[in-house]
Amino acid sequence: MSGAKALIKALKREKVEVIFGLPGGAIMRVYDELYDADIRHILVRHEQSAAHMADGYARVSRRAGVCMTTSGPGATNLVTGLATAYMDSSPIVAITGQVPTSMIGKDAFQETDIIGISTPITKYNMQPRDPSEIPLTVKKAFYIATTGRPGPVLIDLPKDVQDKTADMVFPDSVKIRGYNPDVQPDPSAIAKAADMLLSAERPMIMSGGGVIIANAFQELQAVAEFLQAPVVTTFKGKGSFPENHPLSLGPVGMHGHPEANKLITEADVLLAVASRFSDRSVGRFDDFIATGIKIIHADIDPSEIEKNLPVHIPIIGDVKVILTELLKVLIKKAIKKDRTKWLERVEEVKQQFRNRQDLGSKEITAPKILKKLRELLPIDTIVTTEVGQNQMWASLHFDVIKPGTFFSSTGLGTMGFGFPAAIGAKVACPNVPVVDIAGDGSFGMTANSLATSVLEKIPVIVVILNNSVLGMVAQWQRMFYNRRMIAVDLHNVPDMVKLAEAYGAQGIRVQSMDEFSKAVRLALKSDVTTVIDVPISPEENVFPFVVPGSALKDMVLA
Amino acid sequence: MNKMRIISTIVENKPGVLYKVSNMFRARGFNIDSITVGTTEKTDLSRMTIVINADEPTLKQLVKQLAKLIDVVHVDVIDPQNAIYRELALIKLNAIETKSRLEIISYANVFDSKVVDVSTEHITVEITGTPEKIDAFIKIISPFGIKELARTGVTALTRG
Ligand SMILES: Cc1ncc(C[n+]2csc(CCOP(=O)(O)OP(=O)(O)O)c2C)c(N)n1
Repeated sequence: MSGAKALIKALKREKVEVIFGLPGGAIMRVYDELYDADIRHILVRHEQSAAHMADGYARVSRRAGVCMTTSGPGATNLVTGLATAYMDSSPIVAITGQVPTSMIGKDAFQETDIIGISTPITKYNMQPRDPSEIPLTVKKAFYIATTGRPGPVLIDLPKDVQDKTADMVFPDSVKIRGYNPDVQPDPSAIAKAADMLLSAERPMIMSGGGVIIANAFQELQAVAEFLQAPVVTTFKGKGSFPENHPLSLGPVGMHGHPEANKLITEADVLLAVASRFSDRSVGRFDDFIATGIKIIHADIDPSEIEKNLPVHIPIIGDVKVILTELLKVLIKKAIKKDRTKWLERVEEVKQQFRNRQDLGSKEITAPKILKKLRELLPIDTIVTTEVGQNQMWASLHFDVIKPGTFFSSTGLGTMGFGFPAAIGAKVACPNVPVVDIAGDGSFGMTANSLATSVLEKIPVIVVILNNSVLGMVAQWQRMFYNRRMIAVDLHNVPDMVKLAEAYGAQGIRVQSMDEFSKAVRLALKSDVTTVIDVPISPEENVFPFVVPGSALKDMVLA
Repeated sequence: MNKMRIISTIVENKPGVLYKVSNMFRARGFNIDSITVGTTEKTDLSRMTIVINADEPTLKQLVKQLAKLIDVVHVDVIDPQNAIYRELALIKLNAIETKSRLEIISYANVFDSKVVDVSTEHITVEITGTPEKIDAFIKIISPFGIKELARTGVTALTRG
């Protein structure tokens, strides 16, 4: 059997249903085998989007997403997508063609050292040199991508390895000496954590992206309710806890709610679940610790413990298992402090900030659009975002009610992620609406995915908060660079409605809140991708926010 | 407070692993003082001995990052008190006059090192030992004029 055939067979054995990709000389043999295979191929217009689509598919399905490209420029175009998935711990398997083994290192046409390039931005990468290695390589790739802390894995396949035949052995499982993802949490650490939480005066939970990856929503909610501890989420963890729950304070950090940022500095014990303590979540590290807060850190990745902050009690393992065990111990011990005073304080701060928001006037503003969008969308709608002000507005004003329905590029902050990720999400979940909350700059970066969305009949909704500038950068120039506005004006080009139409999608421009509601209703019924262009003021700022490098307490309110 | 740390790792013996290990150090901003690689008693495994200068939290983080690499099978921090650790140095010295030749040879004897090459202008000595011993030897003989110097970096095994 040829290497190419073995690859397809191995992918089938991993139950791969869809591949996002774009062919080229060095991967044609595999594409030829795909012709007869019962695997859907979705043709992209740029390989970056193939990786983001696989990523969106993976985040929603919690299975590995697969993307495939040719060697050289095809492979290098994947880099942003791989780095995005790596930073957000998303399992994707990327397959790249490579020049024949005899040409490797000769600067052959379309040769690039993608193994060297992708090493720091993948969880693992492999380049089989003999076709007989392919079945095991594929098995390893899926195993590594989806277990432990998930991440992208790249398989680089030289052309001759695809062509040549060998006797193939398809393994059912794989063991790797240096990789043991099944860590059982230490019961004594859980017991200590339970004691610390029960005796806390002002406990708080910070829920990170790993809670979504581990599908540990119910467990998290049960622990929070038992402890009567308010819950803040990191931006990656947004929507890991229902944002309409009385204990929810919403996202913390740079994109966070002011009440979350205020109250976390008043907590005495913090249970951080599957969060990597990003500077975007907790602000300047020294200031965060200076509050005297005691930290319990539960995470599947031991290298996250004390990477950025000292921790009082580390618990390593799958957070779903940890939270289940923790709840058992908590219930058994069952002597908890009276939390009335703390909860009153929480309510007081919440009211203080939430009453500030004035949404009365008729004029279109980003916060109003997002609040309206929440009203109009069914609660199971999957939402992605682009990067910039649109992302921060979504964080602040779009409440996620059903856990695990919100996805953004939070680690790398990749403009152009949201739209292809939405397409990938829609492929994984065709029966729920999928919406990308976009900025005009970001959408422009991967707008060519409109072709894929239309031709492959994967209808998603794009809501562009169109300020005709690189908004987040413009906001910084206004606030910190004395209004020296360089390189931010997008001149409202292209016309997003015409652009959508040029690709065969539906484009709607709205000038009022009423038109916006109508457009969303229309889009929800449409079986073609709809781009809703919402012109907003180029001068609108996002508030509150925490300036990078400063402490949470120094958040800028307005 | 920084000090010399010896990390001993067992890694898969295959292409690219040294790159993955050293690149992890670079990408995370850690400095490597020395790194040695060679085969072990098992042909499919290599031992990498890495010497760094770091405080305790940095060392801990480094060990975790190393352990996280899939091609790294095992990581140990070696306590110099409880280990045999050695480095090899080859030192080519200027030695034209008979007097300096004799002096070099006698110093070499004191340090238990060997003269491995002699020409009309140079003498090359080989010395193995702890980095401190090699440092001391270099200090003593440098007045003769060092033409070329090559050190391997430390390799180590725990005692017992
Ligand atoms: C690929 C990429 N390039 C540059 C940046 C830096 N950056 C962050 S936000 C931003 C502006 C985003 O503009 P737009 O998509 O229009 O969104 P807005 O802020 O206006 O909502 C830029 C350029 C980035 N995050 N990603």
